[in-house]
Amino acid sequence: MTTPLLELSAVCKRFRGLVAVDQVSFAVQPGEMFAVIGPNGAGKTTLFNMIAGAMAPDEGSITFAGQPIHGLPADAVCRLGLARTFQIVRPFPALSVEDNVIIGALQRHHDVEAARARARTLLQQLDLLEKRHRIAATLTLPDRKRLEVARALATKPQLLLLDEVMAGLRPTETDRMVAILRGLNRDSGLTILLIEHVMRAVMALASHVLVLDHGMAIAAGPPDVVVRDPAVVQSYLGAEPI
Amino acid sequence: MMSRLNADLSRRGAILLALLFLAFLVAPLFVNDYLLTVLILIFYFAYAGQAWNIMMGFAGQLSLGHAIYIGLGAYVAATLFIRFGISPWLGLLGAVPVAAACGAIIGFLAFRFRVAGVYFAILTIAFAEFARIGFDHLDFVNASGGLFLPVKQYVHNDPWQMRGDPRMFYYIILFATALIFVMCHLLIRSRIGYFWLAIREDEQAARATGIDTFRYKMYAVMVSAAATSFAGVFYAFFYNNLFPEQVFSISRSIEIILGPIIGGVGTLFGPILGAFVLTSLAEVLNSAMTSFGIELPGATQVFYGVCLLLVVAALPDGVWPPLARRLGVSASKK
Repeated sequence: MTTPLLELSAVCKRFRGLVAVDQVSFAVQPGEMFAVIGPNGAGKTTLFNMIAGAMAPDEGSITFAGQPIHGLPADAVCRLGLARTFQIVRPFPALSVEDNVIIGALQRHHDVEAARARARTLLQQLDLLEKRHRIAATLTLPDRKRLEVARALATKPQLLLLDEVMAGLRPTETDRMVAILRGLNRDSGLTILLIEHVMRAVMALASHVLVLDHGMAIAAGPPDVVVRDPAVVQSYLGAEPI
Repeated sequence: MMSRLNADLSRRGAILLALLFLAFLVAPLFVNDYLLTVLILIFYFAYAGQAWNIMMGFAGQLSLGHAIYIGLGAYVAATLFIRFGISPWLGLLGAVPVAAACGAIIGFLAFRFRVAGVYFAILTIAFAEFARIGFDHLDFVNASGGLFLPVKQYVHNDPWQMRGDPRMFYYIILFATALIFVMCHLLIRSRIGYFWLAIREDEQAARATGIDTFRYKMYAVMVSAAATSFAGVFYAFFYNNLFPEQVFSISRSIEIILGPIIGGVGTLFGPILGAFVLTSLAEVLNSAMTSFGIELPGATQVFYGVCLLLVVAALPDGVWPPLARRLGVSASKK
């Protein structure tokens, strides 16, 4: 087995006695599409924020490409090659679509024109090239979601962290996003860690699923196995058939 | 809001700008001393507004205490000139680093301890007030008695020592304004400019995009402070006197930010346009009141307040963005 790209071991986070994430351990292999699912309040976003450097874990370790990253600030984590999107989209609202992506690309290119060229390539990939002069705030939600993905990709990540990137999308938009992400994974071997509510997307994308409930990992494995796990059905999926 | 700042000038805009600059180059041949003094005042505000805009308009950090950089620049250059006869241009070698260092201290304290938004603005006021009170008691610079630059009747203008007639001061501040305009134009299109905009738009998203926000905010404060210090040097040598109560006062801070706010925060032309609109209207008002024999102290301040209210209510992006559309001078890249 290869060394994992991202490895969490016994990660804990407490908020005033409430244990949001409790002893979670898992490993993401290079090239994998790894999904973290769970009911609301399961600790998914907290887990995500600790990986992305937005908050530090109270206990445990997070290593990325063999290097410990727990406690590093978010910008340092991004420069190491771990880029994120936000659950509630946060493009730079008053800037143009292209400028949003240029800012990401400037992490790897010091020359603005080189960054612009890279931004255009990415905008093409994400079906946003025609809208590149639009102001980000005027885009529709699906467009803003893809813009965030483009901005994150512009920083040339080895691992892309997606926080509920499908939430609020119509089924056709979900399928479009799924196709884009699958293409990125296939063509450039990009590793993706996604937190997701939309089971349709999880089933279509993930090669591996981790289920969180009350801050604890209750199941892990390939998606079709995990969704049949009685504990998972009990806590999360309820009676809803997949 | 502030969406237009990155729009390039169209060809038409560039030609208009060149013509405008030419007109200002020859203006002293046609205007009287009074009008020339008004123009000097306008460009002083345009310059200082542009310098302030680097911090607020580009990087989104609101300073309400820019008087501290004006005052430090003024005091350093004036002291070097009065005590040692050092040219104000050489004095800039002292004034600029002192202002930048002061900006670095304020920035470090604020950004290290996460003082942001309104609290950051209050901190900048506090520092300017500290400086005012401190200089009021600093005997080395004659405390509250103030500093006076020697004024003689000069046969020739001496630009090297910044001694001469209004015409000389006019050209100095005109070129300084042109220079800072070009500098801001280049900055906002550079890597650092993009990072500033990202921080202004959404600091957390900027960090998630890999931007070391602490570092780039520090750059913004230091560049803005350094640029503002020249306005202080100019102030000292133009007025020939300096009092802590005047140069560090909060009204000094407020008057330089009115131009950019009225013209358009974050735009390149906003600070210049705002300075023109405000200063010339205030002068018209003043002369009208004088000719009617009305004497109302503080009328100018009330007038500024009314202008500010009107702009905030009617044109929240400032006067420049809609005007640019009307003139057809912002490039349409669509």
